[in-house]
Amino acid sequence: MAEAVVDFPRNFAQALNNQQLRRNLRVAMDTMGMRRRTLFADLEAFERLRVRGDAIRQRALSKLPELLEQLERKCTENGIQVHWAETPAEANQICLDIIQRHHATRVIKGKSMVSEEMHLNHFLAEHDIEALETDLGEYIIQLDHETPSHIIVPAIHKNRDQIARLFHEKIPNTPYTEVVEELNTIARQVLREKFYAGEVGVSGVNFAVAETGTLCLVENEGNGRMCTTAPPVHIAVMGLEKVVERLEDVPPLLRLLTGSATGQLITTYFNMITSPRQPGEKDGPREVHLVLLDNGRTKIWADPELRQTLKCIRCGACMNHCPVYTRLGGHAYGYVYPGPIGSILTPQLEGLENAGAMATASTFCGACEEVCPVKIPITAILRRLRTESYRQTAAPNAVKGHGCKRNLAESLAWQGWAFSNATPWLNALNATLLGLTGSHLSKLPQVGLLKRWGQSRALPPFASKSLHALAKEKGISDE
Amino acid sequence: MPTHPEKVYFFGTCLIDLCYPQAGLASMALLQREGIQVVYPQSQSCCGQPAYNAGFPEEAKKVARQQLKAFPKDYPIVVPSGSCGGMLKHHYPKLFADEPEAAEARRFASRVLELSEFLVKVLDVKLEDRGQPIRVTWHSSCSALREMRVIEYSKSLLRQLRNVELIELQRERECCGFGGTFSIKQPDISAAMVADKVMDIEQTRATRLLSGDCGCLMNIDGALRHRKIPIPAQHIAEFLLERVHG
Amino acid sequence: MSNARTNILARLRAAAQEPAAIPETVSLPGEERGRADPVTQLKRLLENMHAEVLVTDRRSWIDTLKDALRPRGLNGLLYGPAGPLGPTLEANWDSGLPPLVGYTQEVEQCKERLFALDAGITSTKGAIADVGALILWPDVNEPRLLSLAPAIHIAVLEADKIYNSLADAMVRERWAEGMPTNALLISGPSKTADIELVLTFGVHGPKELIVLVLEAV
Repeated sequence: MAEAVVDFPRNFAQALNNQQLRRNLRVAMDTMGMRRRTLFADLEAFERLRVRGDAIRQRALSKLPELLEQLERKCTENGIQVHWAETPAEANQICLDIIQRHHATRVIKGKSMVSEEMHLNHFLAEHDIEALETDLGEYIIQLDHETPSHIIVPAIHKNRDQIARLFHEKIPNTPYTEVVEELNTIARQVLREKFYAGEVGVSGVNFAVAETGTLCLVENEGNGRMCTTAPPVHIAVMGLEKVVERLEDVPPLLRLLTGSATGQLITTYFNMITSPRQPGEKDGPREVHLVLLDNGRTKIWADPELRQTLKCIRCGACMNHCPVYTRLGGHAYGYVYPGPIGSILTPQLEGLENAGAMATASTFCGACEEVCPVKIPITAILRRLRTESYRQTAAPNAVKGHGCKRNLAESLAWQGWAFSNATPWLNALNATLLGLTGSHLSKLPQVGLLKRWGQSRALPPFASKSLHALAKEKGISDE
Repeated sequence: MPTHPEKVYFFGTCLIDLCYPQAGLASMALLQREGIQVVYPQSQSCCGQPAYNAGFPEEAKKVARQQLKAFPKDYPIVVPSGSCGGMLKHHYPKLFADEPEAAEARRFASRVLELSEFLVKVLDVKLEDRGQPIRVTWHSSCSALREMRVIEYSKSLLRQLRNVELIELQRERECCGFGGTFSIKQPDISAAMVADKVMDIEQTRATRLLSGDCGCLMNIDGALRHRKIPIPAQHIAEFLLERVHG
Repeated sequence: MSNARTNILARLRAAAQEPAAIPETVSLPGEERGRADPVTQLKRLLENMHAEVLVTDRRSWIDTLKDALRPRGLNGLLYGPAGPLGPTLEANWDSGLPPLVGYTQEVEQCKERLFALDAGITSTKGAIADVGALILWPDVNEPRLLSLAPAIHIAVLEADKIYNSLADAMVRERWAEGMPTNALLISGPSKTADIELVLTFGVHGPKELIVLVLEAV
């Protein structure tokens, strides 16, 4: 299911003008950044840990086909039914078939970004199945018919007043309260009823261990455990890159994930599911299904540089530290995955012609790479995506939509720039001309580039004599 | 790197060449004060970063090749910018990885030092402050901070100046929003970022803003002047030279 | 959808690259952990996460438990009669305490009751000192919801089963050779920070976690 065409400039301008959003985000992102820094205060220890996390993810990806087969084999041995889907549509259909086979109409969901990628809730609603989000943040935005604005704290764009109003208006017989504890209590009451009424539970997967056929889920609220324990059927949906080779790979990744995401040593719950209810067991789902979704990941995997995108463990630290994300929030990006990771992943999944603009929303400041727990070279991949937007190529691993931005004006401008800068006499002539005319820039009509720069900044002061000229005048050696 | 080399190359950067030549002259003067012979190749131009980051690596390569040619000898290459320095040092080897110039680019990269890094690490300069008391603040460019990792060298130079009070920014590690072509491709986001940076600068009550990168300075200075905030922005080399001359 | 499987694997196989040099994942020399006594460290970390930790011993833990429960006026204590705690609980229970409720039926027969009970008690397989978490392997005798559905979760931990780290527990107990249907790490009562990052406890799962640490007599 494709998103509507995203109008990036309009989205960005709207987000920047929303002062409430800017304040909510700034406070939240500063807090998350501070908590992370406190947890990883020992920078050398953090570096050692993330070198290890990086190696674990690289190793897993290097053996991806073998590990997927091993995961399938082990899961099947354990009684977990494994399904493969190339597209979100296929994954949705798999879920629907399972749900309908059980004549279920009430689905309870734990937090899952892959299910957002599939637009699963919307799809199920079209088939008269209620899919209720049970993570508090997800529940809040579902009530308001919104999508997550952050992959870890999905309702972070809202403050308590906005949530108080929402609960008061949307949940019957709910008094208005801005006390966070009371808001939690309201949600708890509503959702607990849903937990034991839920017929099918849907969750994501943080790591899937090929060695043992184990699905690992990381959470604080307990709703994930509820969704994977109380209903008779559990469906786990997972991007196929989330597989790791060995059980011993899990502890370092877990530490990196909780520390990077929320600055926690560990979450309240770490839930490792290896099989459905066994004979004699009194609870747990009777059926566990694992849906492996490709949706373009195998194509990303084929390119050694782009493959690094798939190392991501979805901690969200890159967002919390991104000067662009922290001013826009997630919705402005218009796609499921926002921020730096979204800006490299989304154009690869959706094509440069649709989402290529996301790759231009970065100053290459590198704050994201500095915190990335698995060392994804985010700026290098952004640069690659920018390059491919202009380059039509027959290379088999080219990103979808490559060459979509190719245009004569920009090409000529850069060719001219390159020619001038590679030709010393011409470069000197240009410098002289700019020196003669540059101080008159402000008198020119402020259009195009001048306008874009000049709307918030005074124009740069072109010097009447270039450094080349001055160095020569001062007799500095040219050898 | 030889200790106290006799001669160094100076890579002036295109932005200093065209807009801030005084910063370039000051940088060279600081080197000459230490008895270093400075060579400024007239055939140098730009490091190629604008095209490289905009998605035009072939054009960047053409320009980069010209720099490889312009700095042929084995002298250290001193660069008064973390950003351009980062391009020369960290990206040239990648840019030429599959080209005949691969080895040459790696050798070139290994000779690159950012100005304050060179002054402190190689020359171990001692500065005597002859200026009046002044309160300054410092902007760390992202490349100087994360790619070249030279911010401590720059600050250590400022701390040598006894009449200079350095007030650090609250959000020193946050980007000013320049980002080269970013500032014109995403003017609104860029403007929001520099507006926050300006607020941070004002809160320090400093009377001057210093940085080691003219790209950031052009952005922040432009925003300060646009708002008519009388805090001059200056490259660290000009400031240092001014202080030691009194 | 077996086509999807074939296509996905075929795409991966077709694109498989020469294996690049993957850095080996050597174990870290001594993961960050204090030199503190494991019980002290575990207690501190669990208490930071709003768990209540009562250090007692193998002989008197049942009295510690009773003292903790008596003033609370709870409507019942869910337990596994055939689990490791069952016999001791049954032999030592008396009036004035919340009635013991055995988790003996399949969840479908007793779901509403489980969710309405005030407390549940489980044994633990151990704990992890460096992050402050309990290890639970729910099973036939102590089902999964025992530690989830009731509002208070009471966990009984033997002090000599505290491991330094998760990796340490996995290796020493050879988890990889046979994972249970469900394994859990629990570090406190259920919590959320989804509204303005304000940390509040007891959102979906238990509102309280009480840990009895049993030291050798």
